[in-house]
Amino acid sequence: MNIVVCVKYVPDATADRQFESDNTVDRVGVDGLLSELDEYAVEQALQLKEKAGDDTKVTALCVGPEKAVDAVRKALQMGADEGVLVTDEAIAGSDAAATSLVLAKAVEKAGADSKVDLVLCGMSSTDGAMSVVPAMLAERLNLPQVTLASVVETQGDQVRVKRDGDTATEVIGATMPLVLSVTDQSGEARYPSFKGIMAAKKKPLETWSLGDLGVDAGQVGLDAAWTAVEETTARPPRTAGEVVKDEDGSGATALAEFLASKKFI
Amino acid sequence: MSEVLVLIDHAEGAVRKPTYELLTIAKRLGEPSAVFIGPAGQASDVAEKVKAYGAEKVYVVDDSQIKGYLVAPKAEALQQLAEKTSPAAILIPSSAEGKEVAARLSIKLESGLITDAVDVQEGPVTTQSVFAGSYTVTAKVIHGTPIITVKPNSAAPEESAGAGTVEEFEVTVSDAAKAAQIVASQPRKATGRPELTEAAIVVSGGRGTGGNFEPVENLADAIGGAVGASRAAVDSGWIPHTFQIGQTGKTVSPQLYIATGISGAIQHRAGMQTSKTIVAVNKDEEAPIFELVDFGVVGDLHTVLPALTDEVTKRKG
Repeated sequence: MNIVVCVKYVPDATADRQFESDNTVDRVGVDGLLSELDEYAVEQALQLKEKAGDDTKVTALCVGPEKAVDAVRKALQMGADEGVLVTDEAIAGSDAAATSLVLAKAVEKAGADSKVDLVLCGMSSTDGAMSVVPAMLAERLNLPQVTLASVVETQGDQVRVKRDGDTATEVIGATMPLVLSVTDQSGEARYPSFKGIMAAKKKPLETWSLGDLGVDAGQVGLDAAWTAVEETTARPPRTAGEVVKDEDGSGATALAEFLASKKFI
Repeated sequence: MSEVLVLIDHAEGAVRKPTYELLTIAKRLGEPSAVFIGPAGQASDVAEKVKAYGAEKVYVVDDSQIKGYLVAPKAEALQQLAEKTSPAAILIPSSAEGKEVAARLSIKLESGLITDAVDVQEGPVTTQSVFAGSYTVTAKVIHGTPIITVKPNSAAPEESAGAGTVEEFEVTVSDAAKAAQIVASQPRKATGRPELTEAAIVVSGGRGTGGNFEPVENLADAIGGAVGASRAAVDSGWIPHTFQIGQTGKTVSPQLYIATGISGAIQHRAGMQTSKTIVAVNKDEEAPIFELVDFGVVGDLHTVLPALTDEVTKRKG
């Protein structure tokens, strides 16, 4: 089986995330890391490889600035076999649609010798958090998408997943090749072991440019985006209201008074 | 005026509230046309409901051939409808499914997509809340037909009579769109409480419940709210994942959010920070949740909530 797992390099959510003067996310001035939710996708890919027990190959694929190589390296340390970073100055400021184009071309290139059976993604990035790239990627690759899986089972080219849908718990069946996204319920992601960290240094890690993918620079980046941010405004921090200590039931009474003053009760 | 397509959010023909919010928004942008992808037999009932909120047209796409095939056929249906009507915008509910339909549609129509809008005004100019609610972003689609997914509670539904003219729409669905299929489905048990993402009031519990959600549920029932939970409570196995509020759960934006026994980690804040009024009960006065609250009580939820529930019942009675 040939698995490509898409990983994103994102600003650390616990750091002070901000925008650049052109209203794009500051991806360089803030410490970045492999998006936590993509770790679950890497984990799932590794579990599928372990279960398949054959010559399954897991390639970690990332589109981002040069620093984003850290995200690929982390996936290699966790156990991915190969890594690819697609980086090109022209990509900066790309929207989800352009990102999905670059990813689609990279998946095609990764499958040039042996077809990619499964493209694995996390449920959402922790920065843009649109949750649309897996569906866009599937559309561009003309593949089915099975998203938000909490349990994944494969048998040959058949895939069965369980997920909590919007209104029901569902079991979905599909045939590879397909795009699959997994949630944080799909299994705790492993930490890289010391052995894994050492082994990662010897694993193939390629860097591809847009030229390598046959993507025209004019198709990506901020100028080619289909959406434009007009304004970004830091939300004024919520000013902490009154906080009272509960003593012998005084808390409930005070809270009820507050709710009544706001007409909630 | 150009048409604005609104994808109706429904469960087996029962129209859900976000549909009316979307129709209200659509009126600001043009002439609302509701799109019903569902059982043809329900179409006239659905049309009656949406016309009361301004739908001039109701396109009916019978789903008997495409039901169970996830989002791809819906995206194809909307693509064909958009090609026929050249709408000024396409509005879709910001559910997990809605966003995926929108994502596929965006690539098909080569049109910009904005997700999770909390407001849409003429332009259309959207407002989004990003980075766990710490930034507000206004944006526009500048290529193709604006496709916008809108979060629940982004507009107060306004009744306004529309013509509600029903038009059957035949779609051609590709075989590729039918490549993934729902093989089993277990509808969620009705709790009798409001739907979490649509509720005006949400009462949620975290680690501080110690696994006992009864005080949380009782307060929710007394005050007419939905029940939510933090990831800590879900990970402890105290409550199913479908109740989780936060980055990897649901995002809520109710009028009133009552957080009990929840410390308020950034991942949780991402799911509730845009709530209008926030109230917290927590034993730890250092809990970060208190930085966000309009009113907070430092105390044990197991004593504060039952007393508050009694008080609420008394005042409502």
